[in-house]
Amino acid sequence: MIMIRCPYCTELRTEEELVYGGEADLVRPAETSSDQEWTDYLFMRANLKGVHHEQWCCSAGCGQWFKVVRDTVSHKVLHVRKFEELPQPATEVV
Amino acid sequence: MRRYSFARLVWQALRGNTGWQPAWRDSKLQNHYDVIIIGGGGHGLATAYYLATEYHVKNIAVLEKSWLGSGNTGRNTTNVRSDYMFPESCALYDLALKLYEKLAIDLNINIMLSQRGWMTLIHNQHQMESAYHKVNWMHCNELDGEIIDAAEVQRMLPAFNMSADARHPVLGAFLQRRGGTIRHDAVAWGYARAASGLGVDIVQHCEVVGFVKQGNRITAVETTRGTIGCQAVGVAVAGHSSVIANMAGFRLPVTSHCLQAMVSEPVRPVLNHVVLSPATGVYINQTQKGELVMGSILDLYQSYGQRGNFPAIEKTLTAVVEMFPMFAQTRLMRHWAGIVDVVPDSSPILGRTPIDNLYINCGWGTGGFKAIPAGGIVLAHSLATGQTHPLAEKFGLDRFRSNRLVDEGAAAGIAH
Repeated sequence: MIMIRCPYCTELRTEEELVYGGEADLVRPAETSSDQEWTDYLFMRANLKGVHHEQWCCSAGCGQWFKVVRDTVSHKVLHVRKFEELPQPATEVV
Repeated sequence: MRRYSFARLVWQALRGNTGWQPAWRDSKLQNHYDVIIIGGGGHGLATAYYLATEYHVKNIAVLEKSWLGSGNTGRNTTNVRSDYMFPESCALYDLALKLYEKLAIDLNINIMLSQRGWMTLIHNQHQMESAYHKVNWMHCNELDGEIIDAAEVQRMLPAFNMSADARHPVLGAFLQRRGGTIRHDAVAWGYARAASGLGVDIVQHCEVVGFVKQGNRITAVETTRGTIGCQAVGVAVAGHSSVIANMAGFRLPVTSHCLQAMVSEPVRPVLNHVVLSPATGVYINQTQKGELVMGSILDLYQSYGQRGNFPAIEKTLTAVVEMFPMFAQTRLMRHWAGIVDVVPDSSPILGRTPIDNLYINCGWGTGGFKAIPAGGIVLAHSLATGQTHPLAEKFGLDRFRSNRLVDEGAAAGIAH
């Protein structure tokens, strides 16, 4: 069971109370981008085994989206932060 | 390879079963192969078998990082069916089912195919209309499929909760009578035994860790047991496809998720068909040993953790008990998970990759087991000829660029 403390409402949420939002930091390319760049943006994913940067939503709680760094094998949550914050080590690892 | 037969069974029984040979050779790695297949699951082993039989390629190796069939081939719920919608999907999945129907004879091993009927329940008018839509498509594609009414569902499933207070009322069901179950280990073992008998080297506990490239070609595969030269590489690693693609230097439109299944203790025969409820996402059947095999939805977050978790167990079992109240008395024996390769349009990715001599067979998502013979043939075709198999043309990686997705919403009947 994955448990993440929402950085906005600060409640500890189980995976049942959260919604997963996929890989983080996907940047929408400029309108002048090629078809290949657009395809990469829409579909292609690193799908990393191990440390993965991703987005979660506190859907059963405050409804805010936030960023999580998680190990996709052990499911250990390594970092949690708000979108507006710069990356920094988490004070609590669940 | 010694043939299995009734006479040999009797002969071995009289000798106390002391004369059985290992089913496949434990091969020594050579320095070079014409074709290296990464992944010793059903798809990889079937690819090796069809390369040797249909395309007469010699000098083939199958590299498996663990033991044969230790991945999704040994972790699925053993269901087979071909109730897809689009012509290209029907052609591919029904080829697989047709090959499965004669596979026991082809491979000389009892795969225990039991065509007991695949049933997708219909809970509301919308699902009824979707089911008729799918059946009409299937008939156009010359596949068998029918709608049965609620009375027939109750007759076929006496233990099913059809009472007035059932959480999800049943209006009827979609039924594919040719659907059913197979003993999944026997598929891996059968292909391995037949391929090994044809000279294919099957190397277990040999993990691929990298590639040696020259220009846009792979010249050798780096493994935990040394570097092996090759002419062509086939990849059939399901949920780990992105890991191999990242090593080779390209990306796939794949995300890996955990799909779980569980079995109860064995009980007397009580469930004669495979049943899926779209309302709960749960599918259930009873094995020949008597265990109830239950599967349900994906963990919706990306995962490479090949293990189950309690939220999925709870969701699955509450749904099963809602469907079959009497099953509340059985105990759960095991639960497990496999890593499936989910693609945005729920259709496989077959054939060419951005690397010239590396071909892929992935993206089957939650439905790879049923497709093993077809997946093997189309990957073997690419490896032997360098061309895409006619049945795989619509399933190329390039469809994401050309925006010709094969959006198989019908694939599972549930949201994956």
